[in-house]
Amino acid sequence: MEKIFVHPETLYDVSTHYCPGCGHGIAHRLIAEVVDELGIREKTIGIAPVGCAVVAYDYWKFDCSEAAHGRALAVATAIKRVRPQNIVFTYQGDGDLAAIGTNETIHAANRGENLTVVFINNAVYGMTGGQMAPTTLLGQKTSTTLDGREQQKHGYPLKISEMLALLPGVHYIERVAFYNPQGVLKAKQAIKQAFKNQMDNLGFSLVEILSPCPTYWGLTPKESLDWIRDVMQKEFPLGRIK
Amino acid sequence: MSKKRILISGNEAIAEGAIQAGCNFYAGYPITPQNELIAYMAKHMPLSGGVFIQAESELAAINMVYGASAAGARAMTSSSSPGVSLKQEGISYISGAQLPAVIVNIMRGGPGLGNIAPAQSDYFQATRGGGHGDYRLIVLAPASVQEAYDLTQTGFYLADKYRIAVMILGDGVLGQMMEPVELSARKANTRILKPWALTGCKGREPNIVKSFFLREGALEEFNLKLQKNYGIIRKKEVRYENLFLDDAKLILVAYGTMARIAKSAVGQLRLTGKKVGLIRPISLWPFPEKVFQPKSKKVKYLVIEMSYGQMLEDVKLAVNGVAQVEFIGRSGGGIPSEEEIVRKVHKII
Repeated sequence: MEKIFVHPETLYDVSTHYCPGCGHGIAHRLIAEVVDELGIREKTIGIAPVGCAVVAYDYWKFDCSEAAHGRALAVATAIKRVRPQNIVFTYQGDGDLAAIGTNETIHAANRGENLTVVFINNAVYGMTGGQMAPTTLLGQKTSTTLDGREQQKHGYPLKISEMLALLPGVHYIERVAFYNPQGVLKAKQAIKQAFKNQMDNLGFSLVEILSPCPTYWGLTPKESLDWIRDVMQKEFPLGRIK
Repeated sequence: MSKKRILISGNEAIAEGAIQAGCNFYAGYPITPQNELIAYMAKHMPLSGGVFIQAESELAAINMVYGASAAGARAMTSSSSPGVSLKQEGISYISGAQLPAVIVNIMRGGPGLGNIAPAQSDYFQATRGGGHGDYRLIVLAPASVQEAYDLTQTGFYLADKYRIAVMILGDGVLGQMMEPVELSARKANTRILKPWALTGCKGREPNIVKSFFLREGALEEFNLKLQKNYGIIRKKEVRYENLFLDDAKLILVAYGTMARIAKSAVGQLRLTGKKVGLIRPISLWPFPEKVFQPKSKKVKYLVIEMSYGQMLEDVKLAVNGVAQVEFIGRSGGGIPSEEEIVRKVHKII
C-alpha cells in the first residue's frame, strides 16, 4: 500500500515551542516537505531569524545560521556567493524583513541575489509581546497602538512585496495565506516554486505568508484564521505579485 | 632569488596582504580615508577567484562577512571610524558565533562625523570589544606599510586559529602613505580545517552557526569557553617592539604612526645623552603588560597618542601604580610632533 502522509525527513520528530494556533509550525513543515521532495536537504543552508522562529534550526535537519535582526539577507547573500552550489534561504518575520531589515531586503532583491525568502507576515511582533509591526493593519490594537493603528500617527501597513515587485532583479513574488487547507497547499506550491527558481538560477524569489498569531491578536485559533480570510487578506491581496 | 618589492599605500598593502593570506571574500562600503582598500579589492579579488561585494551599508558589509565566514570563507571588511561604529553589532554577533574575520579600521577624527584627519581615538572601542557582550578582538596595530602587509596576513591566520575577529587598527596616515613593500607569503597561508562551517550537511549532522543560548546556564558556560580562549591568546599572542629598555630612565610608549614619531624622538634624545627607551605595542589586545614591569620605581613612562588618554589607561593598569606615567595626546587633526615629545622629555628627566 502506498504511504501518502509521512513525517518529513527534514523535520526533527520533536514538539515545537510555538503557541496553539501559530502559523510557524505549518510554515516549517511546508519547507521541510519541499526540501524533501526536491532532494536538497544535504545542500540546503537556512537562515533563522530573530523572533519567535529564532530556534527554527531545532526543527529543521539541515545546516542553519542565525542572523542579527534584519540582517538575514546580507548573511544569505554572502553564503550563496561563497557557495553557489548550495541552496540558501531566509525565513523572516515582518519586523525583521520589512522594518529593521528593509535596507538589506531591498538591496538583496535589487542585486537579484539567487535566494529564496519565506516571509511570515502576522501583522505583529510576536516574541517581544505583540507590538505594532510594519504590516499591522489600520485599527489593529497592539501593545504599542493601544487604540488601534492610526495612519496619522503610525503610517500605513507596509506592502513590501508590492514594493519589491518593482525591482528588475526580482524574479518571483507570491502572497499566500494560512486560513484553510487549500491556502496551505497553495503556500506549499509557492514555496516549492521559490526553491526551484533558485535551483534553476532564476534569481530572487519571495513567498509572503499571511500567518496567524492568535496570542497577540487576542483571538482563538479559529477566529484568527477567519480574521485572515475576512480582514487581513483584504489589505494584503493574495496571489502572484510578480 | 630577489623578492618582489613594490611601492604601494598602506590601504593597498592591507588589501594585498589579505589576498596573499587567502582572503576570498570582501564586503565594504566607501568611507575616507580607506577608499583605496575597497577599490583595490574590487579590482583584485575577482582576479584571485574571490568574491567582492560593495554593500548597501556598513551593517550589511559586516553581516556579509558573518555569512561568508559561516560558510567557511576567509572574509574581510574595512572601514574608518564612523563606519566601524556601525559595524559593532555585527562584530558582536561574529564574536558570539566564534567566526573568524578580519576587520580593518583606518581611523579618522571623531566623535560623530569628526573629520578625515588621522587619529587614534578608537582605541577603547577596538580593545574593549566595541559592541555588546563580553568579548574581545585581537587588535594589531601596524606602524609601516610593510607591517600593514605582514600583520594582515598574520591576522587571517590568528582569526582562523582562534575562531576570533581580528582588527587591523591603523590611522589615516598609515592608510594613505606609500612605502616600498616586499611581497612574501607568511605563515598565514596555512589552511585550517573548519568542520563547523555551513557547507550542506552531506554525510554529517547539521551544523548550526549561532550566538543564542536560551537554556539556563548555557550562555554562562559558553562565555567561560570564550574567556578560556581569550586567556590562551593573552599568553601566546602578545606582540611588541622595544628599544633601549636596559638602561632607559624614561620609556616612551606609542603605537602605529605615533610610534614612528616617538622613535625619531628617541633617536634625537639619545644623541644628546638622554636615557630614553621605547615600547611599541603591536598587539593592542592582548596588551603587552609584562614588558611594563620596571626593575626600579625610578623608571618613568611617557605615553604618546593621537587621542586623549586611551592607551594611557592600559599602561597605567600594567604599571599598577609603581611608576610615574606622563602623557601627551592630541586628536582631531593634531599629531604630537617630535619637538613636542623632546620638550616634554626634557621637563621629565
